[in-house]
Amino acid sequence: MEGPLAIVVGILIATGVYLMLARDLLHYLFGLVMISNAANLAIFIAGRLTRASPALIPEGLEVPPVPVANPLPQALILTAIVIGFGLLAFTLALIAQAYKVLGTLDVDTIRIAEPVKVKRKVSP
Amino acid sequence: MSWLLALPFLIPIGTALATFSARARHHLCGALSVLGCTMMLIVAIAIIALVEKNGPLAAQMGDWEAPFGITLVADRLSAIMLLISAIVGLCVSLFALSDIDKYRVSLGFHCFFQLLLAGVCGSFVTGDLFNLYVWFEVMLIASFALLVLGGERIQLDGGIKYVALNLISTLLMLTSIGLIYGLTGTLNMAQLHIALAAVDNPVAVSALAVLFIAAFGIKAAIFPLFFWLPASYHTPPVAVTAVFAGLLTKVGVYTLIRTFTLIFPNDPGFTHNILLGTALLTMLTGVLGAAAQYEFRKILAFHIISQIGFLILGLALNSPLALAGSVFYIIHNIVAKTNLFLISGTVQRLSGSFELSEIGGIYKASPLLSTFFFIAAFSLSGFPPLSGFWAKLLLLKASLDQTAYLVAAVILITGALTLYSMSKIWAEVFWKPDPMGYCSNLYALSLPERLQRLLPVAFLAMVTLSLGLLPEPLINYALATASELLKPGDYLDAVLKPEPTQSIGNP
Repeated sequence: MEGPLAIVVGILIATGVYLMLARDLLHYLFGLVMISNAANLAIFIAGRLTRASPALIPEGLEVPPVPVANPLPQALILTAIVIGFGLLAFTLALIAQAYKVLGTLDVDTIRIAEPVKVKRKVSP
Repeated sequence: MSWLLALPFLIPIGTALATFSARARHHLCGALSVLGCTMMLIVAIAIIALVEKNGPLAAQMGDWEAPFGITLVADRLSAIMLLISAIVGLCVSLFALSDIDKYRVSLGFHCFFQLLLAGVCGSFVTGDLFNLYVWFEVMLIASFALLVLGGERIQLDGGIKYVALNLISTLLMLTSIGLIYGLTGTLNMAQLHIALAAVDNPVAVSALAVLFIAAFGIKAAIFPLFFWLPASYHTPPVAVTAVFAGLLTKVGVYTLIRTFTLIFPNDPGFTHNILLGTALLTMLTGVLGAAAQYEFRKILAFHIISQIGFLILGLALNSPLALAGSVFYIIHNIVAKTNLFLISGTVQRLSGSFELSEIGGIYKASPLLSTFFFIAAFSLSGFPPLSGFWAKLLLLKASLDQTAYLVAAVILITGALTLYSMSKIWAEVFWKPDPMGYCSNLYALSLPERLQRLLPVAFLAMVTLSLGLLPEPLINYALATASELLKPGDYLDAVLKPEPTQSIGNP
């Protein structure tokens, strides 16, 4: 399963990058969601995929029987998902507020912080 | 003693909660913030004293032993970074009392400020990569909030660029953490030092190393990845910019130093050459960018980038002396940079502008403030006998020892160009006559405001001056730190072989 999933990760990242390269902030946001899911999937695969063997310890044993799914990547992904949601919610709110205040989502026209230099007229 | 290592982030989190509940009463809120920072300073002094006496400290949270549980660890580098963060936190929280308006306080400025400090300190004491990611996120989300707090148009613009580029770095970091886990099966930094040396796949290790350079490089604002910094740092109130300039990029540098001395020390021919190239380009592009600017804070923002180059340079040269130079430089730079931003805020308070063309005559109006600027600015450009001189001297000596004459030349050129833009600010802001006639003098401010603005500036200037006149203790400390970083035996022992008694305090 690692192979196909790796390809899925690749496609997600490629799509995400394509969307992020657009000038529109909303596209950027969707690209971000895709890449962040791809990152989580990558961690998941990095922990090795095992079929139908939860990390449970049967009664009477001290350690689980040998082929078990690694629970650590799942804990990591859970944390990463929560943090990712927080960041996503913030970014969404920021973009919404920016649209309300600045009236555009085209990053090329948002130049308040770094205004394009206008040639100074010589005063008569 | 495990609680001691947890305090650097528990105190700011507690303070954040307290200030959040008190945010409607802005005097109380500010006082709580200053109190929290003072407590952090005391804890940081305790940690640095213990580390100096007993070597690296480690604590396993919940008594889960090292590679499995959450490890907190402080060695010399962490300890001095904690100390300097606490100092910056205290100075900026004091400055913020007068710089941040009631509206922003009621929105929770002090709460986010303390959370930012918690994230910074958490990153310094954490012993594993995933927790590093978590602390980075704490820091990042707090910095997002601080950057756009108040919601002015210019802040939203800067905020968008800052958020957009930093989220990419977050994703890169998360991916590389996942991949390094897949390669080694551990995320504990001490364990990784051992595990990565045993990995028989140099290509994968090098690829990971480059991913980490990119991820932390965006945070640290190194050469091709720094554009979020000058786009956003001049938009929020000065207290926010000052703490960002002092601490945020330096956390990126700290993690680069930590990662490339502890986790990836094996292939310096490859990774350290990449770092060397980016360091030199960072120094030059930053300083050239600064030379083209005519706004006080934009000049300083570009100088942050150029100084980051120096910090990475010490790591890239990879000799004990060079690393010591980096450590000395980071301390000197945090102090001088924070101070310069605080001074720019006070100048703006007196003259009403950040544009060099609209300000003037500050020297005549307040010679004291100008003296502090002089100390910080000329220290930054490496004037003897100020602290920047010793920092640059260490790096220069290290590069000459390796017969890296190009590096030495770049150090000197960057120093000269820094001097150029600092003297540009000096000539425009402080020396030339006031073009508008607006400029008021410090005594026009009320006494509490004057104290809140001048005390932190004066204190930081004194630190710069005393580091310059008495550099020896810090140089010795930096040399000890460097040898500890290059031979991480003690660090590994502290993390992986915890003594059952934890004989801290009983010699």
